[in-house]
Amino acid sequence: MSKIEFMQGNTACAEGALAAGCRFFGGYPITPSTEIAEHMARRLPKTDGVFVQMEDEIASIAAVIGASWTGARAMTATSGPGFSLMMENIGYAVMTETPCVIVNIQRGGPSTGQPTMGAQGDMLQCRFGSHGDYSTIALSPSSVQEMYDLTAKAFNLADRFRVPVFVMSDEVIGHTRERITIPDRVEIVTRRPLEKGTLPFRGGDDGVPGFPEFGMGHGVHVTGLTHDERGYPEATDPHVHAALVQRLVSKVESARHDIADYEVVNPDAETVFVTYGPPTRSVKQVMHDQPDEGVGHLHLRIVWPFPERLLRLFTNAKTFIVPEMNMGQVAREVERHTDLPVISVPKLGGELHTPGELRTLLEARP
Amino acid sequence: MSFEDWFREDRLPHIYCTGCGNGTVINCTLEAVEQMGWAVDDTVFISGIGCSSRAPGYIKTDSLHTTHGRALAFATGVKLANPRLHVVVFTGDGDLAAIGGNHFIHACRRNIDLTVVCMNNMIYGMTGGQGSPCTPVGAISTTTPYGAAEPAFDLSELAVTAGANYVARWTSYHVRELTKAVQAGLETPGFSFIEALTQCPTAYGRRNKLRQVSDMIQYLRTNVIMVQKIQRMRERGEPIPDDKIPVGEFVRRNRPAMGVQK
Ligand SMILES: Cc1ncc(C[n+]2csc(CCOP(=O)(O)OP(=O)(O)O)c2C)c(N)n1
Ligand code: SF4
Ligand SMILES: [Mg+2]
Repeated sequence: MSKIEFMQGNTACAEGALAAGCRFFGGYPITPSTEIAEHMARRLPKTDGVFVQMEDEIASIAAVIGASWTGARAMTATSGPGFSLMMENIGYAVMTETPCVIVNIQRGGPSTGQPTMGAQGDMLQCRFGSHGDYSTIALSPSSVQEMYDLTAKAFNLADRFRVPVFVMSDEVIGHTRERITIPDRVEIVTRRPLEKGTLPFRGGDDGVPGFPEFGMGHGVHVTGLTHDERGYPEATDPHVHAALVQRLVSKVESARHDIADYEVVNPDAETVFVTYGPPTRSVKQVMHDQPDEGVGHLHLRIVWPFPERLLRLFTNAKTFIVPEMNMGQVAREVERHTDLPVISVPKLGGELHTPGELRTLLEARP
Repeated sequence: MSFEDWFREDRLPHIYCTGCGNGTVINCTLEAVEQMGWAVDDTVFISGIGCSSRAPGYIKTDSLHTTHGRALAFATGVKLANPRLHVVVFTGDGDLAAIGGNHFIHACRRNIDLTVVCMNNMIYGMTGGQGSPCTPVGAISTTTPYGAAEPAFDLSELAVTAGANYVARWTSYHVRELTKAVQAGLETPGFSFIEALTQCPTAYGRRNKLRQVSDMIQYLRTNVIMVQKIQRMRERGEPIPDDKIPVGEFVRRNRPAMGVQK
């Protein structure tokens, strides 16, 4: 039987992870994400799992990657400053195809910025923050329910594609308390094990190799250096490097429409809001207060890889409006994929767009 | 089985320069692992970045060649998530003491059940001979062209103070002693640290009047002093020479440790 609870977003994140079978959490305290670590510290030791508070965020993500190679579902949670520290090892997880989940409860930046205020300022950092070309998956919850559901889902995506997956939440959702339904159990799709006799870094039909868990007799060598399909360093052959990086990118990008997770409202509308995370709530309020078939809404739960085809579901669209708690990071991506005008509605400072602000914008339409 | 059975033959030839001390340290470590009777499948080698850190790539077990300085943090995750695995870390003086210094002291403090073999060649070998936190005062490197001015770290002393259960230092000349020390480290639950002073003829010796490999080995042989001897001299009130590097076992204790298989 599913049950109804009243819960904080960060707690729901931790509970979603536990429901998905997360067995390892390595972290370092940082506002506004700390409640996730605290909840894991209480819960994991009682569920045969491991909680460890590391010396910094570089060590946290390193420990998570190490744990993942033993087959454990592993995660960390942080916010801006810690997220920046993790970048080198996130690239390592990409290169070594290590499944793991990284939760970023975003706060105002740059630097120490606004520790207690929400933001969506790390949306491009999670896409491009580590060096080199790569592609990963980023989810964005807009409610406490989605915090639970999407965190659980992040583990499945991490295992299926063997990539680090980001749950790009923020202070607003992390600290909101609302009613959620805890399902009986969540769907769990774990990594496909490496078949004996196959090469550990040869992509299957989907570009994803089987996973050679440590301690199972695979004798696998894992390196962040460019490597061949055996996993052996081959750092000067241009073809080996190009083939590897292209596979790493395309295993994610080629699945972007297949894994797209979204809501579409009023597909015949001329003016279309595109949102992810907290501004979704403001738009829903506007549409609830004044139902109008001329106003559409595309709500993305997965932002990266960007499912650009969804924009074309709005066949009558004349304008896209993208409210974000940053200076227009995903609006740029929308612009890249349409010839129609894209209105970016940036908001800095930690407060959510009010429904009134968005309504004024609609009223100003020609 | 002999220690040679642990090598990944299809990866040879290796990248090490002629006369490099790293090969000796790897052999000693594998000999010690072999003595433990551990299965290849239950053993994991982990390293950071540097010449020394390339070692796991030549060994048959599962291995994780990680990012510069972070091997111990990765190893902490592996060991805590699966304590059944025997985890051995190879690192260098730059990897461990410069960029990885924070992880080093915290891994010692946690006393996590790992064995760490540090190939201390007193230089950044892989990047071509820049000064490291272990470059002796006065030594020439590409970034200390007038002689290193900063005092060097004593890695073993650091490990003892930070809480490791087992700490020993030997050199690539002292093959038997080094092998025994690694084995003692593998046997001791908790954090074991074995520092192996090694010759790097290419990036260190060449610039420091130790042109021949034999000069460097001679230096490692004659510039050390046994901890027992220091002890005796101290008891007799004799002055302890400060130009010699203490070698031997510094600590073997049984403080509470993390990640030990129950
Ligand atoms: C973050 C980062 N900074 C710098 C480097 C460049 N780098 C590679 S190896 C190395 C020094 C290695 O020195 P040490 O650990 O003593 O190993 P050795 O080569 O002497 O065995 C450096 C600085 C790097 N790979 N990553
Ligand atoms: S540079 Fe020095 S440490 Fe590196 S392989 Fe050559 S001799 Fe060995
Ligand atoms: Mg060195």
